[in-house]
Amino acid sequence: MKTAVLNIGEEQTLNPYTELTALKAHNDIVRFLVQVDDNRFASACDDGTIIVWDVQTGEVVFELQGHTQKITAILVFPSNETHSERADLILTASSDRTVIAWDCESGQEVHKASDFLSTVKNLTVLQGLDVWLSGGGELRVWSRHFKVLGETGCFSDGGIAALVELPKNCVAAAVGKDLRIFKLGADAAGSDRWDISEVKCLSAHQDIIRTLANVNELTFVSGSHAGELIVWDALDWSVQAFETNLSRATSPQDVPPENKLIPLQEEISIQCIASDGECVFVAVCRSIYVYNLQTKRVIAYQKNAHDSDIQHMATLPNRQLVSCSEDGSVRIWELRSKPQFQAESVPAGFFSMWGFGKSGKQSNHAVKRAVDTGIVASLELIGDLIGHSSSVQMFLYFQDHGLVTCSADQLIILWKEGKRESRLRSLMLFQKLEQNLQAKFSLQ
Amino acid sequence: MIGSPDLVAFTREEDYYECPLRRSPGLPEEYSVPLFPYSEGESSPWSRLSGAKFSRDFILISEFSEQVGPQPLLTIPDDPRVRGAFDLNYFSLRIMSVDYQASFVGHPPGSSYPKLNFVEDSKVVLGDSKEGAFAYVHHLTLYDLEARGFVRPFCMAYISTDEDKIMEQFLELSGDFSKASECLKTGNRKAFANELEKKLKDLDYTRSVLLNEMEEQQKTDHQGFYTTQAIEKANELANVEKSIIEHQDLLRQIRSYPYRHLKGDDYQPYMPESSQEDAEPANHEGAGKAEVYTPRPSYTPKFIKAKSSKCFDKKLKTLEELVDVYFFTQTIDLLTTIEKRYRGDVSYLIMSHLEKTFLGQQAIVNFLFEDPSIWDPKPVDRQYPANLGIHHNAPSPKFVEEPESPKPLVSMESYKSSVESVPIKIETELFNHEQEAMGLCDQTGNAECLEGDAKGSISSGESIEVLRTEKSTLLIHSESQPCLRLHPSPQPRRKVGSRRTISEDSIEVLSTCTSETVIPEDFRATYQMAINEEEVSPEEPDRGDESANVFDPMQDEEKANEGDVTVDPACCIRAESLEEVVGEFVPDHCGDGIVVSVPPQPGKHVSQTFGQVKFLVEQVDNPSVEVSSPADANYLLSSRDTEKLTLDEDSTSYRSGASTGSDRTPSPPPVVTITERQKRRSGQNALMFIRQYPFSHPAIYSLLSGRTLVVLGEEEAFVKKLVTALSVFVPNNGHGAKPIKPWTTSPLHIMDFQKWKLIGLQRGVSPSGSNTLHSLGRYSRYASILDADNKTLRCPVYRGTVLHRLADHRTQIRRGSTYYMHVQSVLTQLSTKAFLFTFCHHAHLPIREKESEESIGQRRAAFLQQLLGLSHEDSKIVEYLSELLKMHYLKETGTQQLPVLRFDYVPSVLYKI
Repeated sequence: MKTAVLNIGEEQTLNPYTELTALKAHNDIVRFLVQVDDNRFASACDDGTIIVWDVQTGEVVFELQGHTQKITAILVFPSNETHSERADLILTASSDRTVIAWDCESGQEVHKASDFLSTVKNLTVLQGLDVWLSGGGELRVWSRHFKVLGETGCFSDGGIAALVELPKNCVAAAVGKDLRIFKLGADAAGSDRWDISEVKCLSAHQDIIRTLANVNELTFVSGSHAGELIVWDALDWSVQAFETNLSRATSPQDVPPENKLIPLQEEISIQCIASDGECVFVAVCRSIYVYNLQTKRVIAYQKNAHDSDIQHMATLPNRQLVSCSEDGSVRIWELRSKPQFQAESVPAGFFSMWGFGKSGKQSNHAVKRAVDTGIVASLELIGDLIGHSSSVQMFLYFQDHGLVTCSADQLIILWKEGKRESRLRSLMLFQKLEQNLQAKFSLQ
Repeated sequence: MIGSPDLVAFTREEDYYECPLRRSPGLPEEYSVPLFPYSEGESSPWSRLSGAKFSRDFILISEFSEQVGPQPLLTIPDDPRVRGAFDLNYFSLRIMSVDYQASFVGHPPGSSYPKLNFVEDSKVVLGDSKEGAFAYVHHLTLYDLEARGFVRPFCMAYISTDEDKIMEQFLELSGDFSKASECLKTGNRKAFANELEKKLKDLDYTRSVLLNEMEEQQKTDHQGFYTTQAIEKANELANVEKSIIEHQDLLRQIRSYPYRHLKGDDYQPYMPESSQEDAEPANHEGAGKAEVYTPRPSYTPKFIKAKSSKCFDKKLKTLEELVDVYFFTQTIDLLTTIEKRYRGDVSYLIMSHLEKTFLGQQAIVNFLFEDPSIWDPKPVDRQYPANLGIHHNAPSPKFVEEPESPKPLVSMESYKSSVESVPIKIETELFNHEQEAMGLCDQTGNAECLEGDAKGSISSGESIEVLRTEKSTLLIHSESQPCLRLHPSPQPRRKVGSRRTISEDSIEVLSTCTSETVIPEDFRATYQMAINEEEVSPEEPDRGDESANVFDPMQDEEKANEGDVTVDPACCIRAESLEEVVGEFVPDHCGDGIVVSVPPQPGKHVSQTFGQVKFLVEQVDNPSVEVSSPADANYLLSSRDTEKLTLDEDSTSYRSGASTGSDRTPSPPPVVTITERQKRRSGQNALMFIRQYPFSHPAIYSLLSGRTLVVLGEEEAFVKKLVTALSVFVPNNGHGAKPIKPWTTSPLHIMDFQKWKLIGLQRGVSPSGSNTLHSLGRYSRYASILDADNKTLRCPVYRGTVLHRLADHRTQIRRGSTYYMHVQSVLTQLSTKAFLFTFCHHAHLPIREKESEESIGQRRAAFLQQLLGLSHEDSKIVEYLSELLKMHYLKETGTQQLPVLRFDYVPSVLYKI
């Protein structure tokens, strides 16, 4: 028996997204979205098609056909500064064991690699080296022109589940329960090949590592199926913090008793990790925990953030957190400190950014509890976006155009800020009027 | 809809002026409704209908058959209930007798060939007060090779019980009927040309046969004597050759008919690409006689016996045969639409016309609530006045010689000059045998007509009033003068007229109108003559003299033909045609009296007050010209009897030149929608809805603010009824159909809310039904849910004021169509506010550098609340409409717009009865 999911109701004064457009062009689950440039994004579908959209007009810019099976990873490979002409590429990996590079400007297939032994599940670009990495059964380093620069041997345990770039030309790959650090170095011979070598294997996790995320220059985190969250030093790969069970970290009296009846396995798997540089937002099944890196504690959580497993989560530039879930909803969160819990243990600098500086009358009991549990903030639901009828797979945020969500119901929905759109339309209207007026005058 | 005629018709003048609201500026004058002239005796504006024997307006097509006289051919709608007990035969007689357009083929003095006149139609309004029937009568002539003078007079009449309606809609009717007439005539010319070609082939063949025979004779007859047989043959041959030349000339004439390209024709232009044989409809019955050719796809020429081409008892071609089946059906279609267009009360027609012009001006907002079928998405092209303009501005016509076949719709600005004076002089010698035949035929026909008419008029003892005519070319009539000259004596006619007087049968020409082709000055002159004629006081003795009703045997067949017409009192309408004659022909009889032939006189009450319909109304000076024709005399006599009718005075005291007036009356024919019934139904349903459901306001608010309303119910019919009721309130988002899905059974999807604003949804009991409810609950923020079965409504609260006016459950409005118009009226107001809001620069853009969004927002809110006087919810409506306007405008100007679903995060409330 689940606890009732948090419900905000119909009145959402802080939710700016009051205009939507549903785009229907795909015929299967739309699994990935990637931003191509300021006005375009690409969506990848399970039927192997990729569509490039104009987020402003909702037009299909290109339909990229080349894969025969579902897309497993998509990435934009921006052109290097040294290149004279702009030649951004979209890299797509598919279950048909190919990786294709598409030209962003023409929509044409530029390169294709098809000699993989197993499906490529991860793509990473090392912008500084102008190379990209494919992670699957093995890790390969590629040049922009699809030349293999180096590769590792095959991994057992189903290959690389997650891949993240680390400083000093290193990458961390999650392989089973281990976290392997690889370093790229120029070949001794000075050829165009890159030497890729495993420098360390970290075996701190007790279960399969599900997700990896960079927090900042110095830190990255990993989350496992068993709910372990480990904060790593990005430079020396040492464990900075280890949280074995996030849900247990929260105060017992806050946990409703029936929650314990739920099988542990269901509840603790870390789905994804997002970070704003100071806090790590961890999605554990349908809950969200906020882990503060400085205090090394969970400072806020939302047990019933969604009805179902969270699929994707990201922080927005405006400090909001957006999560999407299998239940078909997208929710917008905001981290707010609990004023009465503002204790000495919380650094003032941390909360100043949330805009809360009220020093309310402190209840002794509350302070005590705050110290006990470390829960000094709350994750407030400020809006939910309901439009998809099936699992929302991913979303994308555009600074000027709002949110784009994709879902298993084959739709892509553009969520826009109604007020801004209305304003833009007015602006366009008056521009148009002026044009027409000028045209008229010039005729005369 | 700007106003509803149901209400205004009862407005009394004194009430109106006493009304304190008078002080407010109100509607511009041109949009106000004409006041019903209140009189004690007539409390209802429709009381006069009582005398009529028919309930609905209809269109009648009649022919003046040269065999049986005036006869009705068909009515539109072809439903005996429409005309009821109304005597079509009698009325046909009346209206046909009014035609005083003398169009015939004669031999011009200079040439020996018969000439075709390309005659303009004449347009007359006449009334029969006893029958309670008033008619716009459109006379036209069609060519028929077998007919006397090659012409067959027809008329199309729009018959109504409402005189004002005819008068008000005169120009529109004239325009519409001209189109129909043009359609008929185009087909007729084609058929006529075909007929001529076949006749020519016949003649050719006959000639060759005759030549052969003569050669044979010469061979056998070596003596060199000319036997009587040979002489006969030679004569015959000469006749045939003459006939060939004549027919060739006719063919050339008909082909040289300058076709004008009528813009905006309601009928499909028909381009005969193939040979004429193919295009020619098989008119089997029409060619009953052996002498008459039988047109077949491949025509084999026939031998034509001399002197047998005309016959008494030949069967005349039907209208269908005369004009080619294709054009005939086109014309019938056209007339059917005309009949539909002019249905209803005149005020309604005027209002809908006004509304249409108004909507034409509201190009930016009218897509919101107006039915696209009413108002043409294309910019309102004032075709009718444009055509007029062409007539006026292009007095020099272009001629296109068409060597092959008459091709309709070759661009020709005007065929006016082809109608130019074709001096016609009947020379009986030239017509020899044909004339004989015709004469016989006509005389018998005339005799019959005379009898019939005489009886009719005596028994009826009614007055028929020619209310208004539209004359085409006066010159024509002057040319037709010879026929008048042929009357040896005006006496017989006068006698007819006088007998009319005795029988108290009277005709009154209330107004006539020259068609557009007439140059205003010319027209004016003639017109004034007419006025003068009227002002000359009629002399009693004249009338008294004419007491013998004898058909003058001296009249030739043309005269006889005239006699046909003039037997009926309406002959006096010829007055106008005679005016031209005045100078030329010294009257050998003095016919003085009143000619009440007045150019189109719009109803004073309405037209002067209505913006678009401004007529030139002038007081005419007192010119005095002597009337000179017998027809006039006749007319005068009859009109004198009816001087008591006030219409007389009206028509003389004011004149409005159609030629000038029509310039200023850009009045495209009012387009009445075909969805009238739907309107009425949805209006009725809406009325029921707002009466039965106390929560109608929030429901309507949802629709107007762009929130989808889902009508949930088990029974499809019931749900659909509610949907129909609510459909009135759904703003449209483009030129297409309204975003309404009347019935669906599948669970709703986000796309449905984006696409539809009003959805009828089945409440199922099956598993899919629970899915339906689940999805509805899931998307509840995008939709208001009206549960038809449980009579509940779940939607946001409405606290505004606009809807109280729009949907007052205590409304006094009873009729669906009235309520529909009321709704349209309120919605138009809302649209206007939305328009203001949308295009007010300050409400949306910064007025100074770096103005904050909040500041603009405040100004916007102030604009809505203070300037437009809208409450919060009403502002929401206007804002939504404004968004639609913006998107529509941008789309129209070529900016691509996403279809969007706009919504608000507002709580809903559950309403119950």
